[in-house]
Amino acid sequence: MTLRPVKSIEPGIAASVVVVILLCFVSIAIGAYSLSVIDLVRGDAEFHDSMVMATSRIPRTLAIVLVGMSTSVCGLIMQMLARNKFASPTTAGTVPAASLGILTMALLVPGATMFMKMIVATLFALVGTAAFLLILRYSPMRSPLAVPLVGLMFGGVLGSIATFFAYRYDLLQSLSAWTEGDFSRVLKGRYELLWLSAALTVVAYLAADRFTVAGLGESFATNLGLNYRRVTVLGLVIVATITAVNVVTVGAIPFLGLIVPNVISLAIGDNVRRAVPYAAIGGAAFLLVCDIAGRLIRQPFEIPISAIAGVIGSMVFLVLLIREAPRGS
Amino acid sequence: MIEVDNVTKRYGSTTVVDSVSLTIAKGGMTAIVGPNGAGKSTLCSMIGRLIPMDEGSIKVDRFDVTATKGERLARRISILSQENHVTARLSVEDLVLLGRYPYTHGRTTVEDREHLEATIDFMELGPLRHRFLDQLSGGQRQRAFVAMVLCQDTDYILLDEPLNSLDMKHAVAMMKLLRRVCDEQQKTIVYVVHDVNIASWYSDRVVALRDGRIVHDGNPSSFMQPEVMESIFEVDVVIREVKGKPFAVYYG
Ligand SMILES: Nc1ncnc2c1ncn2[C@@H]1O[C@H](COP(=O)(O)OP(=O)(O)O)[C@@H](O)[C@H]1O
Ligand SMILES: [Mg+2]
Repeated sequence: MTLRPVKSIEPGIAASVVVVILLCFVSIAIGAYSLSVIDLVRGDAEFHDSMVMATSRIPRTLAIVLVGMSTSVCGLIMQMLARNKFASPTTAGTVPAASLGILTMALLVPGATMFMKMIVATLFALVGTAAFLLILRYSPMRSPLAVPLVGLMFGGVLGSIATFFAYRYDLLQSLSAWTEGDFSRVLKGRYELLWLSAALTVVAYLAADRFTVAGLGESFATNLGLNYRRVTVLGLVIVATITAVNVVTVGAIPFLGLIVPNVISLAIGDNVRRAVPYAAIGGAAFLLVCDIAGRLIRQPFEIPISAIAGVIGSMVFLVLLIREAPRGS
Repeated sequence: MIEVDNVTKRYGSTTVVDSVSLTIAKGGMTAIVGPNGAGKSTLCSMIGRLIPMDEGSIKVDRFDVTATKGERLARRISILSQENHVTARLSVEDLVLLGRYPYTHGRTTVEDREHLEATIDFMELGPLRHRFLDQLSGGQRQRAFVAMVLCQDTDYILLDEPLNSLDMKHAVAMMKLLRRVCDEQQKTIVYVVHDVNIASWYSDRVVALRDGRIVHDGNPSSFMQPEVMESIFEVDVVIREVKGKPFAVYYG
């Protein structure tokens, strides 16, 4: 293995921001109804064009950026708290629990506002993720692979419960809307909750050093005077809320919270203060690329972003798994 | 001063630390020895407030370890556990700098940097400073952990088997270094060690535990007696003088 000095990538942050901004322009420009960004900037655009722009295109691209950033940072926090590289919102029961929460609301309070759904989904996600961490803590399996294995089983159980009730009450269509992320329904007035995810991402950054210390484990954390329980709870609240908000507004994106933080960890390590900006930018870039690919491959049709993310994500995940294998447990 | 007063720890019906009382004055090196399972790690962990006790109390400079705010204690006493499975990919430098967390919570100051540089120099970690922990050998990682604890710069330092996975050269270097820290910076070091010769050679005081009780407590020469050692470890010991100091031979 080659040994890189830790700091060598640091200047990359400016470059990656530029790349994300370029991706944003591409994402805004393409679509079933073609818009000329240049015309818009020059002010030559038709009135109709600027309407499409303001109510649909810009919200959509913004939503992609916000979800990409926050989901990726969520994964990073979870990996530090679980002290396991395979933890993420989708592999640790958070997403299935949040979807179960939304389904419960759809059944019991059909007219609930998005905000109410979000609150209930957050509570479900909190309980689900905490339960997962507890199962992990008391499980006899000590292998790093215990996380995805236990997580997939746990998520499978929650998912089956959700499917059962969705099937009984004819809500399968809606269920797939939460479990399969899709930005085509994002419109002005329907995505603003995502700013809460963005705010919580900033909170995660402000508490970054605490998560680094917690990532050393309970003994080290206690030695350094950190209240380990409190930081775990803070992390869980951030992760559960971001996940619930994202699932309520656009649905779940598979692999995003898993692979982006892992790639960042391999490149620059797990100092959370340093890693959060890269994870955020990386998450946004990954999701923008998935979105652009999904709209270009079968024009004028759109392949759901979660399908593209699943394909790209699973391939990257396999590469990471194979890399990890020789190091063993 | 560390005051351990009648401390007991049980796991189920097994008592692993049994009404132990121990006072460790400020300054000097104290070795804790004893057979496997004697309760050395359990006692250290309780002093370092990593695990709670069932009975008794422990005070560090009059601060009760179970009642004092974690952060305040972290500027007074530090502990390195015996088993450290760190999965986070941190560089040696990042890890050592975390020793300053109790003071500045990650907002690194110039003073923190100075502590970092001094510790890296002192522990001869310069060539390894930019490596990630998972790119180090067991012994190198152990040195990085000890460096983090030294960077924490507390008056009291507890080290549970600091010589874990160190080779002869680095074990001796580590002991000399701890001795220097103790003498030059007036630190109080309590460490668990298996090699009785190391314990007697470098310490001011040797405390022996067996079955959760203190069975010997005194200076190295009172410890380096065949009957004392045989009663603690159940092996035949011959004491010889090497370089003017008692030396125990227990193999063969
Ligand atoms: N978490 C635990 N649960 C049950 N028994 C424990 C636990 N931790 C330690 N013990 C037992 O307590 C005794 C003392 O352990 P320890 O303090 O680690 O000994 P050592 O002197 O070798 O450091 C051993 O018999 C050990 O099996
Ligand atoms: Mg021990």
